[in-house]
Amino acid sequence: MEIFLGLFKNVLEEGFIYGIMAMGVYITYKILDFPDLSVDGTFPLGACVTAGLISTGVNPWLACLAAFFCGAGAGCITGLLHVKLRITDLLSGIIVMTALWTVDLVVLGQGDLTGKSLLQFYNQPTIFTSGPMKLLPAGLYKYRVVLLAFLIALAVKLTVDWFLRTRTGLLLRSAGDNPQFVTQLARDQGKMKILGLAIGNGCTALAGSVLAQQSESASVSIGIGMVVQALAAVIIGTSMFGRIHILNPTTMVLLGTLLYKTCLIIAMLKLPSTFLKLTMAILFVAALLTDRVGRKLRRGGVRHG
Amino acid sequence: MANLIRLEHIDKRFHSGTVSETCIFKDFSFMIQTGDFLSVVGSNGSGKTTLLNLICGSLPVDSGRIFLQDRDITKMPEYQRAARIGRVFQDPARGTCPSLTILENMSLADHKGGHYGLSRGVNRKRLDYYKSQLELLCLGLEDKMDLPVGVLSGGQRQALALLISTLTPIDLLVLDEHTAALDPKSSENVMELTDRLVREKDVTTIMVTHNLRFAVDYGSRLVMMHAGQAVIDAAGEVKSRYTMDDLLKAFQQVSME
Repeated sequence: MEIFLGLFKNVLEEGFIYGIMAMGVYITYKILDFPDLSVDGTFPLGACVTAGLISTGVNPWLACLAAFFCGAGAGCITGLLHVKLRITDLLSGIIVMTALWTVDLVVLGQGDLTGKSLLQFYNQPTIFTSGPMKLLPAGLYKYRVVLLAFLIALAVKLTVDWFLRTRTGLLLRSAGDNPQFVTQLARDQGKMKILGLAIGNGCTALAGSVLAQQSESASVSIGIGMVVQALAAVIIGTSMFGRIHILNPTTMVLLGTLLYKTCLIIAMLKLPSTFLKLTMAILFVAALLTDRVGRKLRRGGVRHG
Repeated sequence: MANLIRLEHIDKRFHSGTVSETCIFKDFSFMIQTGDFLSVVGSNGSGKTTLLNLICGSLPVDSGRIFLQDRDITKMPEYQRAARIGRVFQDPARGTCPSLTILENMSLADHKGGHYGLSRGVNRKRLDYYKSQLELLCLGLEDKMDLPVGVLSGGQRQALALLISTLTPIDLLVLDEHTAALDPKSSENVMELTDRLVREKDVTTIMVTHNLRFAVDYGSRLVMMHAGQAVIDAAGEVKSRYTMDDLLKAFQQVSME
């Protein structure tokens, strides 16, 4: 029972943290129809920026905000490469992902150009140990990560939901659906793509920031496989829960992340940790296949927004 | 009458510098007058659609200049020209956004040229106005405003695209074989609707069509394109005397040459 509860807590913690990223990837992959690989770079970027800032004494909430904007900036670069230089979507993402590796090393080295691949900031205040979290009653304190991760994921979800209903949000949805329509509305569809990539990667970096604060450390290598995880979560969410019409897509994506994390954690129970990335890849294939089967049964897509 | 669109000495080639180089326009000049309802016919490759693409800015000219109301728009990007030029495509899927509802599509179109920003996407205050506009289509869409456009038929979508492109004031309406992908009945309906909307909104229109009867029956000016030249350009009285037979004969004549 203890073990079961522990696993459940794990699923929820990870599900909510990675769910923030999955909602970002929902925007780029499902709404803009852009397979954005820069996510593998912006997730660790968010973590590294956070580690760098917190270890120099910056307020952890400010560090979250900074991580979001750094991720958004990187997303803009992916968008500019694609829109202005006409580099294919996949390659634009790979270029940014590769370049960010150097940025992460330098950020963790805190300006030292020889860089550093790991930065720990134990005992520095994080969002989980400072501010309102100190007010939690003692009994709830061990659930603080779940609680706060849930609240942040919820805030991101509500913000994304609200944004997708604004005029700019509707334009963003058209940009993925029918770019010509955006042009006909006298708007630059390239700019909408860049905006979507900025938001998506901002969310991803925010997720990286929250994860870093949970583990009180950041390493450059935590990004490997992020795209695969996030896409699996998005695809599982929209295909498994797509038929339940009262759920909107961001809720589906959050549920998808929780389901994905459950599968991953169960699968890893008996396997050595070296098998983690292989398991992630296999789960991703499984998600793609279930999506295809589901689509055949269903006929018709998921409504956005 | 004033010139709305003026094309001056346009050159346009495709695949320049390769063996498959094709010259579409050489020193081509053309004008659209304010108030024209212009039908353009011509065989494939005669330059009809290229003409529209040049006017709308989907393609750049090799040389020459394009004016909209005496303003040089040769270098203006397509999306900026779209503020003054509405366009309906052959493919009904291109004129609307399929995953958004009819209402959302109309709200977006209603703000064309204005500020998008972060205010609510759908302005409920304008609901009655959207309803009254949809009623013009006589398709009953005013009762289905919360349906995603993707579930509508091609004819319904095309009618909606037509309405959306004329929802805000524009200088020119460009119809790019907009009835060609529809079944005969829908195509007839959309054409009648086009005629009605063009009259009601009093908008200058250029329509490319493969349907010779539409070209004869509708509009105030008729142009036949061949090899990058306007071989027939008839307006007013002269245009109204044209019959389908005359057009067919002209077609045969130019394609024999």
